[in-house]
Amino acid sequence: MPEALRSPETVGRVRDALVKYGFIAVTVVLFVFFAATEPAFAQSSTMFSMLKFASVTAILGLGVTFTMVVGGLDLSIGATAGLAVQLAAMTMVFYNLTGPTAVAAVLLGGVLVGLANAVLIVVFKIPDLLATLGMMFVIQGAKLIPVSGQSVSSGMVLRDGSVAPGRFTPDFLLIDRGFVGPVPLPVVIMLVLVVVSWFVLSRTSAGRILYAIGANPEAARLAGVRVGLYRGLAYVISGLFASVGGLILVSRIGQGDVNAGASSLLEAVAVALVGTSVLGLARPNAWGTLLGALLVAIVLTGLTMKGFQYYHQDTAKGFVLIVALLFSFTLSRRKVRYTPAT
Amino acid sequence: MLDETPSAPDAAGATPALELEDITMSFGANQVLKGVTLALLPGRVTALLGANGAGKSTLIKVLSGVYPDHGGTIRIDGEAVAMESPMAAARHGIQTVHQRIDETIVPGLSVAENLVFEEIIRGEIPAVRSLRRLLPRAREIAATLDLGWSDDVLTKDVFELGIADSQLLLLARALSQQPKVLVLDEPTSTLSQSEADRLFALVRRLRDEGVAVLYVSHRLSEISSLADELVVLRDGRIRNRQEAPLDMAAAVRSMLGDTVLAETAGRTEMRGTRVAVEVRGVQLLHRSAPVDVDLRYGEVTGVVGLIGAGKSELARGIFGADRLRCGSLRLDGEDYRPRRTADAVRRGVYLVPEDRAAEAMLPGWTIATTSTLPFLRGVTRSGILRPGRERGVAEAVITDFGVVATGPDQNVDALSGGNQQKVVVGRWMHAGPRVLLLDEPFRGVDIGARGDISRRAREQAAAGACVVVLSSDVDEIREIADRVLVMVEGELRLDAYTTEVDNDAIVASMSEVA
Ligand SMILES: Nc1ncnc2c1ncn2[C@@H]1O[C@H](COP(=O)(O)OP(=O)(O)OP(=O)(O)O)[C@@H](O)[C@H]1O
Ligand SMILES: [Mg+2]
Repeated sequence: MPEALRSPETVGRVRDALVKYGFIAVTVVLFVFFAATEPAFAQSSTMFSMLKFASVTAILGLGVTFTMVVGGLDLSIGATAGLAVQLAAMTMVFYNLTGPTAVAAVLLGGVLVGLANAVLIVVFKIPDLLATLGMMFVIQGAKLIPVSGQSVSSGMVLRDGSVAPGRFTPDFLLIDRGFVGPVPLPVVIMLVLVVVSWFVLSRTSAGRILYAIGANPEAARLAGVRVGLYRGLAYVISGLFASVGGLILVSRIGQGDVNAGASSLLEAVAVALVGTSVLGLARPNAWGTLLGALLVAIVLTGLTMKGFQYYHQDTAKGFVLIVALLFSFTLSRRKVRYTPAT
Repeated sequence: MLDETPSAPDAAGATPALELEDITMSFGANQVLKGVTLALLPGRVTALLGANGAGKSTLIKVLSGVYPDHGGTIRIDGEAVAMESPMAAARHGIQTVHQRIDETIVPGLSVAENLVFEEIIRGEIPAVRSLRRLLPRAREIAATLDLGWSDDVLTKDVFELGIADSQLLLLARALSQQPKVLVLDEPTSTLSQSEADRLFALVRRLRDEGVAVLYVSHRLSEISSLADELVVLRDGRIRNRQEAPLDMAAAVRSMLGDTVLAETAGRTEMRGTRVAVEVRGVQLLHRSAPVDVDLRYGEVTGVVGLIGAGKSELARGIFGADRLRCGSLRLDGEDYRPRRTADAVRRGVYLVPEDRAAEAMLPGWTIATTSTLPFLRGVTRSGILRPGRERGVAEAVITDFGVVATGPDQNVDALSGGNQQKVVVGRWMHAGPRVLLLDEPFRGVDIGARGDISRRAREQAAAGACVVVLSSDVDEIREIADRVLVMVEGELRLDAYTTEVDNDAIVASMSEVA
């Protein structure tokens, strides 16, 4: 019945389906396309390296997701990851301390950045974008001072002419290179954080409160919610996640690259935004963010295999973002909402 | 389809300015309008009555182009037209002031830009023009309602206006467009008496100039004094049509159907003895004298005063929503210094705020999640939500207050205004308050629901709670309260039991200026 096919209900139903599953469909179609045309693509080693590739972006994206849930955004997330890189390198290379100490220093650094953001936003009432943007510049600038703008690597010559005493410890390097069974450790960390974030956001009262703050902070306050406390919490979580992402990153590159993390900001924000469209939820959510990171990884890996150069990557990422946003905003004609899962 | 309802009597033999024929409208499976036929005649005010959720606002949105995918026919001056957008409606001379202010105010613009917004849309005033040059026209529009706003007010961001002023802004904007058909959806629910009187005078003048007016209100006194005709909407159909003189009792009967009106006349008076909240030396407004008052358990205290008299400041201070300027509070004889609302909620002190959309509703949330937000501890185990419990709470709120909804998972955005209010009041009452502060609780609720809320509030007081109702409407206060406090400019002018003081005395003390 061609008539029925053209009826408004059918059009509406098709649009609903596109909105709900379109994004997942695009991911699957691309995956199948690359797998069919590039034999190397579908190998399990490629799969794992792709997941590994996605892990840092996904974890930073989760941090962004928490701040998006409270109606804000953390622009210092890339810089915080960069700070983590340098803190880890300095702890081990300059001060010759152990890997676990480095991990502790990194996580503490992330939490402190988050707390500082929280104080600026909650106590001093600076708009979130400006506060975290300021924080981004402060971190990027301040971390150059103790290293005179140099990247930290084992055996480097210090300012007083001596050689740095330490090096990246083997146990620290295992963060990126280790496995749990066949699964690379960064992938395990990523999955654990996704599950934890999903659980907190959609199954606990804390998550409910975070969404309430995003939906209408004044209504939340007048319902007895401690808005400042929870909004601050979102930024602390974001700082913590950024430092976890930074840990994986520095363990991967094995040196304290001063530029590390700088490009992660946009990617993290993009995957969190893309994630809002999954299943037509139109709200920031943990699984969506993971899927966003996977889609980006699939596209980039596939294109690289097809022989595209690294300088095509940004264009590709931009396209992915725009297509995904098309599903969530244009087709669904909805704004991002802050409705809790029920 | 044949029209079984009689069409409106064509009193003057004139062509109706606007005719609706067999209008239908559904949201998904929920058919809200089931064939509404209605004619608006030039020079007449038609009142539209109906319970919360009857479909009044939906009908209005159909005729003002918000819902172009309706069924049925709309005719202007006898000719069928497609009302495909609000702009089309404006072109046909239809001006509407919708019930929800937040849907029509343009955020991010100044007050003046909002006032001249129609002209900007029509391109008569270029959108990019300095604020200064908009001011003359904005002043003119503000003057239609004698708003007397200074340039300071006109250049403010529109968000800084309170809810009453925003309503006045929208009214002035609609009235200044020289409409042929003027549609007002509960325009007075946020206005003070004197502002409402100004509006009525203007509506009468426009009517005498030949404008057709459609007027929605839950306030029967307004309708009987203003309307020339009346129609009642129930379950998506017109159930009753009358011409002046109006039989309001018949209108209410057909509006509520089988539901019986809660009896308010024969209620028993309650007098509390135990003091719940002691207010001492609290200064409510900038430069007002400090207030001392005791609020008692076991009675309903009504605080009445004009808008801006300091009623909300009192309630918000007790709830910890705003810091008190000076003075102190005691609760149950102990020091009580709520630094934040969470402190108040923990002690059983609850507030239903005045501005529902801005202060209580969470866009996109369900009835269940809205109901449980203040009491998440009650629906969690070690911080983990228990969906069954949540639904239980929501179902109790829905049945206790007769919320018209499809169930606990219904989106609150899709509830009619009055039903939203029932959810907001219900969630606090369900939790068993010690002190319950209700700031303008009857805003936008129909008389059936108003009776329900009153009765429930009195039940709470009878069970020992301290219930405080704040309102600018003396009749509402008389209906619900045992004791009345009159506030004028942040000071207490009268404290008496309602049985011992008559309306005139209350009204007189309300308007008394120091
Ligand atoms: N956008 C929407 N989506 C789904 N349902 C809706 C929507 N708008 C209204 N409804 C439903 O339509 C019915 C009528 O709502 P409407 O707002 O027209 O009532 P009303 O008569 O104006 O009530 P009130 O006196 O409370 O303002 C309600 O049951 C409401 O839930
Ligand atoms: Mg309505």
